[in-house]
Amino acid sequence: MNRDKEVWIFVEQEEGEIAAVSLELLSKGRELAERLDSRVCALLFGHDIAYLSEQVIEYGADVVLLADHPELASYRTLPYAKVVIDLVRARQPYILLLGATPTGRDLAPRIASAARAGLTADCTDLQIGEYRKKDRVYHDLLYQIRPAFGGNVIATIVNPDMHPQLATVREGVMRMAQPDRTRKGEVERVETQFDARDLALQVVKREMQPLCCDLKGASIVVAGGSGVGSKENFQLVFDLAQTLGGQVGATRAAVDAGYVSQEHQVGQTGITVRPRLYIACGISGTVQHRAGMDQSSKIIAINSDPDAPIFQIAHYKIVGDLNEVIPWMIRAYHENAK
Amino acid sequence: MPYNCIVLVKQVPDTAHISGKAMKDDGTVNRAALPAIFNPEDLNALEMALQVKDQYGGQVTVLTMGPARAADVLRDALYRGADRVILLSDRKFAGSDTLATSYALKCAVEHIGAYDLVFCGRQAIDGDTAQVGPQVAEKLGIPQITYAETVQSLQDGEITVQRAFPRGKETVRCALPCLLTVVGTANQPRPPSVRRMIASKLAATPLEYPALLKQWPEFETVEALDRYLAERDQKIPVWTVADIGADEENLGLDGSPTKVWKVDYVVLETKESRTVPTTQEGVSALVNELIQGHIL
Repeated sequence: MNRDKEVWIFVEQEEGEIAAVSLELLSKGRELAERLDSRVCALLFGHDIAYLSEQVIEYGADVVLLADHPELASYRTLPYAKVVIDLVRARQPYILLLGATPTGRDLAPRIASAARAGLTADCTDLQIGEYRKKDRVYHDLLYQIRPAFGGNVIATIVNPDMHPQLATVREGVMRMAQPDRTRKGEVERVETQFDARDLALQVVKREMQPLCCDLKGASIVVAGGSGVGSKENFQLVFDLAQTLGGQVGATRAAVDAGYVSQEHQVGQTGITVRPRLYIACGISGTVQHRAGMDQSSKIIAINSDPDAPIFQIAHYKIVGDLNEVIPWMIRAYHENAK
Repeated sequence: MPYNCIVLVKQVPDTAHISGKAMKDDGTVNRAALPAIFNPEDLNALEMALQVKDQYGGQVTVLTMGPARAADVLRDALYRGADRVILLSDRKFAGSDTLATSYALKCAVEHIGAYDLVFCGRQAIDGDTAQVGPQVAEKLGIPQITYAETVQSLQDGEITVQRAFPRGKETVRCALPCLLTVVGTANQPRPPSVRRMIASKLAATPLEYPALLKQWPEFETVEALDRYLAERDQKIPVWTVADIGADEENLGLDGSPTKVWKVDYVVLETKESRTVPTTQEGVSALVNELIQGHIL
């Protein structure tokens, strides 16, 4: 095993719940580590959270570096940055990946600056490949792929010399593997101490929705309307969202009909979303609903009524029965996704 | 108690309003045809600093790094209420990534001198990286408060700030000095004031002197023009690598660990939509296309 090419994943947890993007990164990290013949190290920070190690290993970690300290109970830049920076300096990972969440985007540049390493934000894909500069050939570099310039170009960034190769990765773009309950890994406790400078900032108040229901910030939303027909049938919408790593949205009509709970409601009286992709299933497209989703980058509409107003704002129109189309999409995704 | 505020701003191409004119025939973006604007969230950062000044007193200094034409955003900052503006410009900065840029800005901030608060926009619309603010904070060795929305209080050497995220809000208290990155929902930036526009109507950097001499032939030499502007407090200083005492090795392409290996243009589609065949094959082709396009 190549210990010089370790892939590190920063695992974001809040009140004992691990962010979905961290599990996606563990899956991706596994794939990169196999390509590099190295291992995946997960950085798991918090207080009284040792029990999460098991889940982190099941999703792909070989080693869990566990920092358990009261000052790490909830995320703050300086104490978290101190622990990561000390570990990076001592062990020199090859790659370090974080979710492009507010936490990851706060922490990653702090690490990059201290470690004098390159950092690419908001990657949508990661690959391993070769890079040539003049006469020199670099093998096994991390291709950090991201949209840039307002989404008008896709740039591939490399960081040939100043490691670790640091990147933040968007939520929902990497495929989360099924946890493997038989996987074994080791847990290593990291001793930490903080001085007054590390604790210059205190959290006075925190009012956050739980990690699991992040509809507002979701990059993929699969939403259902009255055309879904029944509460039982709404499971199709959940299935597609789960397959694509997205969140579930709904129209007011679907909520009023009792198909799904109110926190899923998108629209004027619900939540406004701006995902990269919005899939409207059995949604007619009232003005009120459109107000909550028409800023989505790409919209797919599935409706059996060719004159449904939703088609006026859809980029991709699928005129047909969602009971057929949704299973086709799920199957196509399983067949085509890496 | 007055506070010294420094605001870091950037001039960016207006990527949000790409019109037909800014498109080449092959559907790719013609950068040269895009107007250069004040990065939107940097205006929110400037407004937050001006509000601190309005309430507590102090000075607001605005700093930008860029080519000669970046002086436009500095003039705009003067019109809106900045006390002092500085352009950081040198060929040696060219090609800097966020790490090298943050090093240059850190040197410039230290060259300005004592400060209590540094403000930046959360991110710039041309790169959306949100990296430079936290990297400057790390290099200055001060705490950062990213996603800052409201300054709730400033007293006894501490600032209390509400942060805004898609999932909620957080209130933090932090010892000064510290750096804030400001979100677009923080405030409504004040417009340029006519009185201030008149007061700063000649404001220019020495990089603009050659063009100004053509406009005002009555100044026969650069020296005469420089003296005239300096006497009237209209000279915008330009700082170079040497002025801020920066180490060249950490700047430009050499000081930038990240290299852009390749750029693929996304051909922008027309607004009109496409009908996907209602078959397993049609849906499968769409899903595949979305995966290739990094949308799925």
